[in-house]
Amino acid sequence: MNHIAFADQPQESMHHPQGFFSKYVWSLDHKVIAIQYGVTAIMVGVLALVLSGLMRLQLGFPDTFSFINPNTYLQFMTMHGMIMVVYLLTALLLGGFGNYLIPLMVGTRDMVFPYLNMLSYWTYLLSVIVLMASFFVPGGATGAGWTLYPPHTLLPGTPGHELGIIMMLVSLGIFIVAFTMGGLNYVTTILQARTKGMSLMRMPLTLWGIFTASLMGLLAFPALLVAAIMMMLDKLAGTSFFMPALMSMGEAIDHSGGSPLLYQHLFWFFGHPEVYIVALPAFGMVSDVLATHARKNIFGYRMMVWAIVIIGGLSFVVWAHHMYVSGMNLSFGFFFATTTLIIAIPTAIKVYNWVLTLWRGNLHMTVPMLFAIGFIFTFTHGGLSGLFLGNVAIDVPLADTYFVVAHFHMVMGVSTVMVLFAAIYHWYPLISGRMFNTALGKWHFWVTFVGTYTTFLPMHYLGFLGLPRRYFSMGEAAYVPESAHSLNAGISISAIIVMLAQLLFIANVIWSLKKGPRAGHNPWGATSLEWQTPDVPPKHGNWGEKVPEVHRWAYDYSVPGVKADFIPQNMPSEAVEMEDDSPQGERS
Amino acid sequence: MSLIAKLTEKSWEPAHTGVMHAGPGQPQTSKKIALGIFMVIISVLFTLFFLTFITHSQYPGFQALAAEPWSPFYNTGRLWMNTALLVGASVAIHAALISARRGAQGPTLIALVITLFFSAQFVIAQIWLWRHLTGMGYGFTTNPANSYFYLLSAIHALHLLGGVAVLVRATWLNWQGTALARSAQSIKLCASYWHYLLALWLVLFALMTASPETYNTIAALCGLEVDL
Amino acid sequence: MVLVVILVLLVLGTVIFHFASPWWFTPLASNWGSIDTTINITFWITGLVFVAVNLFMAYAIFKFKHKKGQKSHYEPENKKLEIWLTGITALGIAIMLAPGLFVWASFVKAPSDAQQVEVVGKQWHWMYRFPGEDGELGRTDPRFVSEHNPFGLDPQDPAGQDDILVFSNILHLPVGQPHKFWLRSQDVLHNFAVPHFRAKMDLVPGTVTRMWLEPTRTGTFDVVCMQLCGTAHHAMRGKVVVQEQEDFDQWLASHPTFADTQSRAYRGDQDIGRALYATCASCHGQQGEGNQGLNAPRVAGLDQWYLERQLAYYKDRVRGYNDGDTYGQQMAAMMAVLPDRQAIRNVSAYMAAMPETQVTPTITGNTARGERLYRNFCSDCHGSDGSGNYHTNAPRISGQQDWYLERQVTYFRDGIRGLHPQDSHGNQMVMLVQGLRDEQAIRDVVAYINTLD
Repeated sequence: MNHIAFADQPQESMHHPQGFFSKYVWSLDHKVIAIQYGVTAIMVGVLALVLSGLMRLQLGFPDTFSFINPNTYLQFMTMHGMIMVVYLLTALLLGGFGNYLIPLMVGTRDMVFPYLNMLSYWTYLLSVIVLMASFFVPGGATGAGWTLYPPHTLLPGTPGHELGIIMMLVSLGIFIVAFTMGGLNYVTTILQARTKGMSLMRMPLTLWGIFTASLMGLLAFPALLVAAIMMMLDKLAGTSFFMPALMSMGEAIDHSGGSPLLYQHLFWFFGHPEVYIVALPAFGMVSDVLATHARKNIFGYRMMVWAIVIIGGLSFVVWAHHMYVSGMNLSFGFFFATTTLIIAIPTAIKVYNWVLTLWRGNLHMTVPMLFAIGFIFTFTHGGLSGLFLGNVAIDVPLADTYFVVAHFHMVMGVSTVMVLFAAIYHWYPLISGRMFNTALGKWHFWVTFVGTYTTFLPMHYLGFLGLPRRYFSMGEAAYVPESAHSLNAGISISAIIVMLAQLLFIANVIWSLKKGPRAGHNPWGATSLEWQTPDVPPKHGNWGEKVPEVHRWAYDYSVPGVKADFIPQNMPSEAVEMEDDSPQGERS
Repeated sequence: MSLIAKLTEKSWEPAHTGVMHAGPGQPQTSKKIALGIFMVIISVLFTLFFLTFITHSQYPGFQALAAEPWSPFYNTGRLWMNTALLVGASVAIHAALISARRGAQGPTLIALVITLFFSAQFVIAQIWLWRHLTGMGYGFTTNPANSYFYLLSAIHALHLLGGVAVLVRATWLNWQGTALARSAQSIKLCASYWHYLLALWLVLFALMTASPETYNTIAALCGLEVDL
Repeated sequence: MVLVVILVLLVLGTVIFHFASPWWFTPLASNWGSIDTTINITFWITGLVFVAVNLFMAYAIFKFKHKKGQKSHYEPENKKLEIWLTGITALGIAIMLAPGLFVWASFVKAPSDAQQVEVVGKQWHWMYRFPGEDGELGRTDPRFVSEHNPFGLDPQDPAGQDDILVFSNILHLPVGQPHKFWLRSQDVLHNFAVPHFRAKMDLVPGTVTRMWLEPTRTGTFDVVCMQLCGTAHHAMRGKVVVQEQEDFDQWLASHPTFADTQSRAYRGDQDIGRALYATCASCHGQQGEGNQGLNAPRVAGLDQWYLERQLAYYKDRVRGYNDGDTYGQQMAAMMAVLPDRQAIRNVSAYMAAMPETQVTPTITGNTARGERLYRNFCSDCHGSDGSGNYHTNAPRISGQQDWYLERQVTYFRDGIRGLHPQDSHGNQMVMLVQGLRDEQAIRDVVAYINTLD
């Protein structure tokens, strides 16, 4: 038996798609699938952004808009959260960037299971369609909060407790199937399809982030599936997994013996790793953006890799820090506070190393670089506020207040989105073959960066005051000073400006697709393999005649004695052009 | 080369031959890895179910399925019968694998058909078992323990049926006379999956028929005692 | 360069915002000063790190921004520096964590001299229970919950008989006395939180959760629900009044025990009530049918618990307190004919037993719009058929005279009714009717209620 590894297959033997459908719709090409994932995710993301705008209108200017009422507010809030965390961030970072970058970065022609990959996208699309359909079923979408805590999720008094929640659970189930197909592909491809010379520690950090996150997703999503199945049975079959004996609207319901806390444990066993499933690919990508535009190797590469792996592992033993005041056994607080604060150490190291990568660099202030720096700033802020919430005693006054909202928006909503923009601007020339408009990009950055910060910084202080989250309106309360209402209005205005600024981004992306100047080969002078394809954008099969061979790590920027300030990973040592006055091959 | 050595490589230094990555692996290995990860995922899924089950066992009103002489699984006869069917399937598929490796197409086909037969029988027997339980008054929603048994055995059966779909394809290829070496590979994967599902069933069996004391012990070990 | 300036400005702005912010923790009113101390420690450490990291970054950008001929320094790693940074970070983390764990240890364990109080949450109200003389709270179970036993106490449990029940969102506590809170939910998750106390904990149906605190100064503090519990989550309010022990004892004594609430007298005597009603009948009519000309609403068809509460409110001037509510003030003045709570009970019992009377609609509107508004703002408490629900403290509104409904909704909207500090349920209406923005919206809803039966 003589096997030919997929990556080694000659270009001619690959089946090149011909028709429009096989090329762009039922495509097996990871790049097309990545774009399908990306476009779908961004579209639902825009919807979720609009929903948050509606919520901000109500919070900033209470009872002014007649289409927002307590029910729709809760529905907007729930869908906003779920879409952003699962259907936008997870899908875009792993389904979009993961799909696009993995085969290119490891130097192979496609994923190891291309068919499964295609299936993954279409399954994801189905989950999105089911989710969207839930807006239109009788009773509307569920308004239970994105955490979907039972029992209120399933009971009268919460919008969408009949069909909305069923649609939501079905959609999540489908999404998990889609993610599992995708995740198996990403992990196996990184393990198996790395080209010759690409040892694990030569991989760009983007790959490390995506790899760890995919693996975590594969292990964490089952918890959500378990929770969804059991909740579905509670709803439809009358079991009592999560439903205790209780009164609903004055009438006893036909359940007994279930535990709502059990659901919370399952949910957060998924939910906390999920935070890092989103964060780790972002950590990876921002490292590569920083290194490329600082023309400097990422500082402490090994520490960065280990930190990613350690964070991934630890994130499975911190889940109950979301539940300090949930009524679980109070003594769990000691354990989870300790693990949670320990996880801050590798995270802090990553921040130091990003900053130290800038130190003594040669910083090109490109748009992706601006966003990457915006990420460091906002992530530092969001990470530090996490130390408040992770420390069990401090969490007590702050739990379920706007402090929590501000904190997780700063880490997941702002800093991760900063990375997404950095990554989109960074890889846009590769994906589209054209350059975006820099001036528009910079304006987009300034408004987004300053605007999001002025949105979420004051929000922390509403939390100190004790303003509860998930409130349709504050009404009159003695502990809420009049000025807090003005602050809320200010936050809303700031948020809406940021939202409008995203039009600059959309316009830039679409306009540059047709009118942008040709980007040419490797415009940023990056070392990693995805920029070394013979064609820009890469064609089906990626590498033309021969897959590349890797000779060095992904961060050979500004190597002393070398003429150029970067050496592509696939350049053999003998081809490296040295400075005239420098002895061959010497490095400091 | 150990994983530790791989993960501590100073990759910016020129590589020595020991570190050199040889290139992409075999497609067959990829499938094996993917199946391995998939089985880990299923294990996580069931482990979480088991943990919630153990937690439920600590709540008042929980009635273990084998607690008392009149409990449905106090007599495990029916369960053993079903187990025998699954063991049969597992043995048969192993036989198919051995014949396929030897290059004997006929016996391979027969063994595969037997595997499919036993697997289908197992699922049917499980459905009978459910009907039997329901008939005894142990309905799906009567008690959390019952709910768990129905739910877990159904999910287990679904996974088995998923495997059956793949195996049917392998059998079809075999019947069509596709090169045995190729079908041997997919039989190999199927065989691992069948053995895995058998092991999973045995764990499930053990858990469902354990005594309340066992649940209490496991709960204590996992720190799942309920603080009321 | 712009970036450097902006980064520095943002750091400075953050620090200034922090110190200038008028939005800060509410003044502490409990023993949990240790939580505030822990927060301050964390604030100083994280604040320093925030300023240091970002100013360092700004400086790095300033110094190493691309210039012609510049080349980056090549340094894959620096073990010594990384180990130092790790060590310092670990130390900082330990300094923040250790006090937190000590505070938590005291949070977990209530002192032995703590008094007990139970908080009951239900959509979207609070109720409270004190153990009574035996110092023991009686058993409860959801299956005992009914209109006459809203707490769901086990009637057979002797420990429950002397439990003191507070059917109100307002809790009183004596100052300087540690209290152990037992938290119990009848329906969904809630969270009992008092910002001034710092402490909070979820209420989980199917189990009883707990926390403890000691109120350290007198005053009135807001209770809010902090765990999403459905549509009216934001309107699930209450108050804690911390007062001196004597005042507290007096307050507590004014509340019935469980045994009291189960007595015959507590249910009211219709025969006595009939005699009392003679005065009421001059306006509200012999059959309780109401009289628009005299601005007297229909009273027939209303539940006893609602009638009783409203009459008590009138008597205590909790309703009819505002000059805008002329008719309410008239009613309050009339309350002289009902000398005490027992009289109110008796007359309420009589009115609740009256057969329903038909009313003639006087208001028309867009019932389709009214239905939409009704579903979004009213139906979760008052029921989709408007029949009311004791569980949500929502009276029956179907079959009520529409001119009366319109007037009351307008009063709620304008704060003429419901804003009295003792009106623990009316403020919820004040919050929710804000969604009915104009006169037409109110008429549409009322027109829709006219169609309910």
